[in-house]
Amino acid sequence: MKLVIAIIRETQLDEVREALIEAEIRRITVMRVSGHGKAEDAEIYRGKKVVPGLIPRVRLEIAVNDEFVDITVDTIIKTVKSRYKDKQPGKTTGDGKIFITPLEECIRISTGERGSEAI
Amino acid sequence: MLKKYLGKFPLLLLLFLSISTPSFAQDGAAIDTGTTAWMLVSTALVLLMVPGLAMFYGGLVRTKNVLGTMMHSFAAMGIMTVLWVAVGYAMAFGPNVLGGWFGWNPGYIFLAGIDETIMDAGVPEYVFSMFQGKFAIITPALIAGAFAERVKFKSYCLFIALWGLLVYNPLCHWVWAEDGFLFNLGANGAIDFAGGTVVHISAGVSGLVAAIYLGARRGFPVTNMPPSNLVMTMIGGGLLWVGWFGFNAGSSVASGLSTAQALTATQVAAASGAITWMIIEAWHQGKATALGIMSGILAGLVAVTPAAGVVQPFGAFMLGIFASVFCYMAIIAKNKLGYDDSLDAFGIHGVGGIVGAILLTFFIRDAWMADAAAAAGGSWTAWQQLGVQVVAVLIAVVYAAVLTLILLFVINKLIGFRSDPKEEMSGLDSAYHSEHGYGMLNPN
Repeated sequence: MKLVIAIIRETQLDEVREALIEAEIRRITVMRVSGHGKAEDAEIYRGKKVVPGLIPRVRLEIAVNDEFVDITVDTIIKTVKSRYKDKQPGKTTGDGKIFITPLEECIRISTGERGSEAI
Repeated sequence: MLKKYLGKFPLLLLLFLSISTPSFAQDGAAIDTGTTAWMLVSTALVLLMVPGLAMFYGGLVRTKNVLGTMMHSFAAMGIMTVLWVAVGYAMAFGPNVLGGWFGWNPGYIFLAGIDETIMDAGVPEYVFSMFQGKFAIITPALIAGAFAERVKFKSYCLFIALWGLLVYNPLCHWVWAEDGFLFNLGANGAIDFAGGTVVHISAGVSGLVAAIYLGARRGFPVTNMPPSNLVMTMIGGGLLWVGWFGFNAGSSVASGLSTAQALTATQVAAASGAITWMIIEAWHQGKATALGIMSGILAGLVAVTPAAGVVQPFGAFMLGIFASVFCYMAIIAKNKLGYDDSLDAFGIHGVGGIVGAILLTFFIRDAWMADAAAAAGGSWTAWQQLGVQVVAVLIAVVYAAVLTLILLFVINKLIGFRSDPKEEMSGLDSAYHSEHGYGMLNPN
């Protein structure tokens, strides 16, 4: 069992959700987070470009059995990876990050099931 | 294709500029300070409805679309005001041209000719023009609820500009100008005190046509699309109720008995609409909801809009009940039929306006009927008036539907109307404005 954690743009949440559902991955936790990666997101306020110190992002947490890890990761990458980088080398794009950690245990509260069955 | 016709536009403009007509404004009337004061307040109250509408609609859409949806209302404030001052007032309140399709008075262009005009009601014509202009703002802003969360911003701006010119101004002229054909239909005209046909039916029907033409939002009806902020919706709806006193009681263009009658009818209909919706919901769904009471208030207010000048409090009470019953059924029908009128522009404004414009016939005060009978030269019955009302409603429905369909088609062909899938998924705020509405979670 693994926990896939993905930090993505807020605006791509719905796209990723649709792609994951397409790939039969429905169980997911989503939270709003702020942070700073390598990218700089310029926003326009009253006509002035500003670079915020911390950028709002969306964090997805998906607990999966080992055979689903690759499908999950590939689906997320395929959906959020921008093609921008290929056109303008050296420009970062701020597509986000994916972390994968081993998952010690998973328990379904309603039935008390444990382990892979409960995911 | 379009370029071919664009060249003809200045010619057309010259033609209109050259039709000179005597302005029927009275320079000699004395100013009535009481009426003027109330009309100034009414003008401000009707304008207050537009930010109210922005909050009402904004709270009902998803977080990612809140700014884009509020922009729909605020953009209308800018676009429609400029158009109204430039040519709208001339088209709506000038004398008939083109067989009465709309009015035209070159003296009204940028209101140049009314700089010192005091109207017979004792009000500077500037105040009347601004008051009417607020109606031209809120009507297209209402339509936006039908296709919320899925249209390009630039296309929306173009749409409301053309809609204002081709749908609102002619309708306004027919119903409220002294030589408009609906104003003179039957014995005493089609009754539309404050905009049942001009505002609510035209906006509601146009919204319905647009919602069906553009198709449903992505994921509708399976995906849950929760309102971003019902608290804001409640505040916005509250502002609409308050603003409606300017809308209805201001439409008397007086500060006297007719104003008091309209104001009372407005309050009673809103209240009975609210109670009715709560009762229906509690019986049908088991719970009365916040959005439900707000819908009932609006349904009552919409239905009393055409009727405020002719019904007594009991009539207003009945109209509020009918409005909530019919609008509730309309929303159930919408869910059955499966079209996506996002925020029920048709379900509340279209249906409520039709209910009000038709059923008011049975609650008209005797004094008005006596006037109508005198005007008809003997007798005038409620059934005859019902015929007039039905004709006016049908004309508004058909005209708004056909013209809206043409506009949608043209704009869609020119620049596309509906958002691209990616724009729709990312949300209007990010796609068209590069902003986001709720930053509460962001530590800085």
